[in-house]
Amino acid sequence: MKRPGDYDSLWVVIGGCDWRCKVAVALFDERELERIAKAYKEWEEKVVPEWLKRMPERMEEFTTLSGIPLKRVYTPLDLKDWDYMEKLGFPGDYPFTRGIHATMYRAKLWTMRMFSGYGGPEETNRRLKFLIEHGETGLSLAFDEPTLVGIDPDDPMAEGHVGIEGVNVASLRDMEIIFEGINLGEVTTNMTINPPAPVLLSYYVAVAEKQGVPYHKIGGTTQNDPLKEFIAQKTYVFPPEAAVKIAMDLVEWSVKNLPKWNPISISGYHIREAGATAVQELAFTLADGIEYVRQLIARGMDVDEFAPRLSFFFDAHINFFEEIAKFRAARRMWAKIMKDWFGAKKKRSMWLRFHTQTAGVSLVPQEPWNNIVRTAIEALAAVLGGTQSLHTNSFDEPFRVPSEFAAKIALRTQQIIAYETGVADVVDPLGGSYFIEWLTDEIEERAWRIIERIESMGGMLEAVKKGYPQREIAESAYRFQKELEEGKRFIVGVNIFRSDDIEEIRKVPLLEFDQEEIEERQKRRVKEVRASRNQERWRRALDNLRRAAERGENIMPYVLEAAKAYATIGEIMGVLKEVYGVYVEPPEY
Amino acid sequence: MKASSVDRLIELALEGKLRALGRLLTLVEHPGPEALEVLSRVAPRAGRAQVIGFTGIPGAGKSTLVSRVITHLRRRGYKVAVLAIDPSSPYSGGSIMGDRLRMQEHAADPGVFIRSIPTRGLKGGLSMAALAMIEVFDALGYDKIIIETVGVGQSEVDVAHAAHTIVVVTMPGAGDDIQMLKAGVMEIGDIYVVNKSDKPEANKTAAYLQFALEKEGIGRGEGWTPRLVKTSAVMGQGIDVLVDAIEEHWRYLKDTGLAARRVASRRVLLTRLMAEARLNAALSEVLEEMRGEVEAALEKDISGAFTLSEVLARRAAERVLKGSRAG
Amino acid sequence: MSSPPSTRGPEGRRYKVLVAKMGLDGHDRGAKVVARALRDAGFEVIYTGLRQTPEQVAMAAVQEDVDVIGVSILNGAHLHLMRRLMRKLEELGADDIPVVLGGTIPVIDIEPLKKMGVREVFLPGTSLAEIIEKVRRLAEEKRSREEGLAKVEG
Ligand code: B12
Ligand SMILES: Nc1nc2c(ncn2[C@@H]2O[C@H](COP(=O)(O)OP(=O)(O)O)[C@@H](O)[C@H]2O)c(=O)[nH]1
Ligand SMILES: [Mg+2]
Repeated sequence: MKRPGDYDSLWVVIGGCDWRCKVAVALFDERELERIAKAYKEWEEKVVPEWLKRMPERMEEFTTLSGIPLKRVYTPLDLKDWDYMEKLGFPGDYPFTRGIHATMYRAKLWTMRMFSGYGGPEETNRRLKFLIEHGETGLSLAFDEPTLVGIDPDDPMAEGHVGIEGVNVASLRDMEIIFEGINLGEVTTNMTINPPAPVLLSYYVAVAEKQGVPYHKIGGTTQNDPLKEFIAQKTYVFPPEAAVKIAMDLVEWSVKNLPKWNPISISGYHIREAGATAVQELAFTLADGIEYVRQLIARGMDVDEFAPRLSFFFDAHINFFEEIAKFRAARRMWAKIMKDWFGAKKKRSMWLRFHTQTAGVSLVPQEPWNNIVRTAIEALAAVLGGTQSLHTNSFDEPFRVPSEFAAKIALRTQQIIAYETGVADVVDPLGGSYFIEWLTDEIEERAWRIIERIESMGGMLEAVKKGYPQREIAESAYRFQKELEEGKRFIVGVNIFRSDDIEEIRKVPLLEFDQEEIEERQKRRVKEVRASRNQERWRRALDNLRRAAERGENIMPYVLEAAKAYATIGEIMGVLKEVYGVYVEPPEY
Repeated sequence: MKASSVDRLIELALEGKLRALGRLLTLVEHPGPEALEVLSRVAPRAGRAQVIGFTGIPGAGKSTLVSRVITHLRRRGYKVAVLAIDPSSPYSGGSIMGDRLRMQEHAADPGVFIRSIPTRGLKGGLSMAALAMIEVFDALGYDKIIIETVGVGQSEVDVAHAAHTIVVVTMPGAGDDIQMLKAGVMEIGDIYVVNKSDKPEANKTAAYLQFALEKEGIGRGEGWTPRLVKTSAVMGQGIDVLVDAIEEHWRYLKDTGLAARRVASRRVLLTRLMAEARLNAALSEVLEEMRGEVEAALEKDISGAFTLSEVLARRAAERVLKGSRAG
Repeated sequence: MSSPPSTRGPEGRRYKVLVAKMGLDGHDRGAKVVARALRDAGFEVIYTGLRQTPEQVAMAAVQEDVDVIGVSILNGAHLHLMRRLMRKLEELGADDIPVVLGGTIPVIDIEPLKKMGVREVFLPGTSLAEIIEKVRRLAEEKRSREEGLAKVEG
C-alpha cells in the first residue's frame, strides 16, 4: 500500500493513480512566471527596502500559531508547479479540498448545533427547547463529569460535581426526561460522550423506541473517540486497548443497525484545546482516524461499509487563515488516506465531514464582551473552511456553562454569518488565493511528517501508549504560554491593552442554578430507579453483559438490554471495569 | 534549630502525627546539624524494621506490585513506609509522583506513609537521604520499609545493599538475558519476581530465570536460596506467595543474626556518607575561597596547581574538625 | 540586570510545591503549564496527576512535606473540593502550608475561598511571572516560620 506521505513535492506517485497524476500540469505558464519572478525580485530589492526604511515592520518574524513563518506577500511564484486539478478539483469531487458537496451552503447551510446541558434532565430539556425555538438546527448534549466518566450521582467521587458542567444522566429515566416533548425522529442529537458512549447511545435508542421512532430514523452522533481521551480530554476509564475495542464495538453495531447514526466523531477539538498547534491537531486527529479504520478492517468490515459513517470534529481558533487552510488540508488528506491507503471506492468514504467548535481557550475573563468578537471571527473561519456543523462559544465561556442570554448571542453570531454576510453564497471563496493555497500545502506537508512519525511508532494506539502526542501537546501548550509571556503573542486585555477591571467581570450575568438541590434530586432519582425496576430482568441483563465482555463479544446488544432494564450508568460501567480494568495516567508534564 | 524542638517533633511523630514525621524526614534529607540531631535521637529506637528493596527496570511493575504488597502487609497488621526513588521523567525532569500515584489506594490509610526522594538537588546525595529516612521510619515504628528503586547508578546500588531483603522485579521478555541479571543489584536478589505473569510469555521468562538461579549462581548467597515468584500485580495474583517469601526471608535473617549485621552495615554506610558530605561541603567552600590562588598557579605551572590539592584537603578537614557550619 | 530571586530556602533546600488536581476535573493544560513554569524557575515540583480526592492531596502534601500546595480547578466544584482540602489539612495539623488556587473561578467565589484560608486565587490570564513570584513569596514566608515549628506543636 502506497502512502500519500511518500510523494515528492507535487509529482504524485501514488499507486492506483488516475489520469490526474499522469501529467502534472502547472497552473502558470513558464514565461509568465519568469516575468513575475523578475518583477518580484525588483520589488524585493528596490521597493521593499525603501518602505522598510521609512516604516519598519512590526515584528522581525511573522508566524502562524503553528509557528509557520509567513512571507510578506504571496504570488504565483509560490504555486509554481501547482496543479489545480490535483490540488483542488471541484467541490464534491476528489480530493474534496473545496468542499464535500458540489453546492455546499448554497443548498444547505451548516447545522447550527449548540453544545448544551446543565443541571438535571429537567433544566436541560428546557434549554434544548429554548434553543430549538431560536432557530438551532441540531441538538448537542453536554454531560457533567460524573456522567462523562460513567459513575452514578451517589458515587463518592461524584460528590459536589453533579450537574455543574453538563447534564447528569444516570439511567434511562433521565434520558426520557431530557427528550420529553422532543421527537427523536425529527431532530439529530450529538452526544459528547466517550467511555460510556455505549450506555448513553443505548439510553437514547431506548427513548426513541419508546417514542415509536424506527431505527432507520434515529440520527445523531456519539463522540466515542477513545484515543483523544488519553491525549487530551481526560475522561478516560478503561486502558487504551480495551477502550478502543469498546468504541469499535459501538461503531460496528451502529453501522449495522442505525444507518443514520454517526457512531464516532474523531476529535481534534480537545487535542487543540489541550495545547496542540493547528498542524498537530490535524495530524493527531487523522492518525486517530487511521487507527480506527485499521481496527474496523481488522474486524472484517468492508471500508465502504463503515467509512461513510465516520465523522470528525475540529477547533476553529483565532489565527484566521491558518484555520481555513487547516480545514481544506484535512479534507484533501483524508480523501487520499481513504482512497490510497485503504482502497475506498465510494466517494462518501473519502469525505471528511466535520463539526467545528470555536476555540474556548481563546476566550478570557478580562473584558469578557470581547469574546463575542473572537467567536465571530473564529466562526467565520469555520464557515470559510467548509464545516458541516458549528458550535459557537458564549462570551461567558471562561466562567461557567453558558447562560441563556450568552448562548443566544452565540447562536445569533452564526445566523448573522449565514444570513447577512453573504459568505455562504460561493463555494470555497478563498480557493485560489496564492496565500491560502500555499498555506494549505504547507500545513498538509507538515502534518504528513507527524503522521509518518506516528506510523513509525506502529500507529496511534502505540504512540498514545508511549505518551508521544501527550508530551508534544504539553510542550506546545507551554511554548504558547511562554510566547504570551515574552510578548510574542497577544491577547487583548490580557498581555496587551491589559485590563485589571474586576468590576467589569463582576457585571457578567452568570447562569444560576442550585447545584446542591440538583445533586440531591439526581441522587434521589437514581435510588428510585434502582428500587422500582424489574430486578430479575436487571440482574440477568448485567450478568449477560459480563459474560459477553469476558468472551470478547460485541457488547452493544447487551448494554442496550441493560439500559432498557434500567441499569444505571455506574452499574453498567462497573461491570465493564471489572472485566477490562481501569486506566491510571502516568503524570508527566 | 533548637534541640528541644527536634525532641518535640519526635514526640509528636511518636504520637502518630504524620505532619511531624513528614517534617523529620525533611530534616534528614540534607546533611547538616539538624540531620545529625534527628538521627542521633531516633537511632536508639531504630533497628527493628525489615527494609525491603524492590528493584528492577522502569515499567516492570514495581510500583503496582508494591501497592499490592502493602495491602497484604497491612492485612497482616504491619505499619508500612515506602520510599520511592522515582527516576525523574526522562522527558521533562518533572514528576516524582509516578510511583505514589500507583499506590494512591493507600493514601488515606494512616498506617501507610509514602515519601518520594527527589533525584536532583540533594546535597548529600540520594543514598544518604534514603538511608537517613530509613532510620527515621524504623524508629517511629514502621515494621516494613519498602524502597522502590530502579537499581542503576552507584547511589541506588548503595541503597539496595542497605536493604534486608532485595526483591528483583522482572517482566516477561526482560528477564531472558543472563548478562542483564548479572548487572549490579540484579545479581544479588533474595527474591526474584516475574511480574505481569498474566502475559503469555511469562512462563518462558520464569523458566529461564529458574535456570539462571540454579546454574549461574545468581543471588546474594549467605546460605539463602533465592526464591522465584510469579505475580500479576494488576490481577492481584501471586502476591500472597511473594509476601510469604518476604516474611520467610526475614525470619531467616533474624535466626541467623544476619538481620542485625545488615542494620550495622547500613549504619556504617550512612556514617560514611555523612562524613563524605561534610567533607565535600567544606571542600567546596575552601575551593571557592582559593579559586584565585589555584587559577594563578595553573597559569604558571600545572604541577604547582595540583600540589595545591594537598592544601585544599587539609584545610577542608580542618574546617570539619573545627565544626564550621560546612555540612 | 539583577538575578532572579532564589527558589531555595536559607538551608539551600529547594522550595517544594505540590501541584494538585482534585475530583473528576480533567482540565490539565493549566496545571501542567504552571508545574513546568515553577520547575523551570527552580522549584521542586510534585504533580499529583488527575482524579485525586482532596483527602489524598492533603496526605500527599504532609507526607512529602511541601512548602506550597497549588491547586488547579476548572470544573466549577472548587467550593466543595477546597472546603474538603482545607478541612483535611487542618485535621492533619498542616494548615500552615499555604494553599493557592488557579482555574475557572467566578470572581464572586474569591471571597469565600479566601475565608476558607486560600491564600491566592489566580484567574485565567494570570502571567506565569506573577504566579512564580507569589508562590515563591509564600514558600519563603513558610520556611522562615518553620524555625519555631509552632504549628506542629499547636
Ligand atoms: C481547554 C478547555 C477544555 C479542554 C481541556 C484540555 C486539557 N487537557 O486541559 C477540553 C476540550 C478537553 C475540555 C473539556 C471539557 N470542558 Co473545558 N474548558 C477549556 C477552556 C476553554 C480553557 C481552559 C484552559 O486550559 N485554559 C488555558 C490554561 C493555560 O489556563 P488555566 O487553566 O485557566 O490556567 C491559568 C490560571 O487559571 C492559573 N492556574 C490554573 N491552574 C493553576 C494551578 C496553580 C497551582 C496556579 C498557581 C495557577 C493556576 O494559571 C494559568 C496561567 O494563567 C475552559 C474555558 C476557559 N476559557 O477558561 C473550559 C471549561 C473549563 N470547560 C468546561 C467544561 C464544562 C468542560 C467539559 C465538562 C465539557 C463537557 N460537558 O463535555 C469537558 C470536561 C473534561 C474533563 N475531563 O474534565 C467549563 C467548566 C464549567 C464550570 N467551571 O462551571 C469551562 C469553564 C467552559 C464553559 N464555560 O463551559 N475543556
Ligand atoms: N499486564 C500487566 N501489567 C502490569 C502489571 N503490573 C504493572 N503493570 C503495568 O505496567 C506499567 C508500569 O507499572 P509500574 O508499576 O509503574 O512500573 P515501575 O516503573 O516498575 O514502577 C503500568 O502500565 C502497569 O499498569 C501486571 O502484573 N500485568
Ligand atoms: Mg515505579
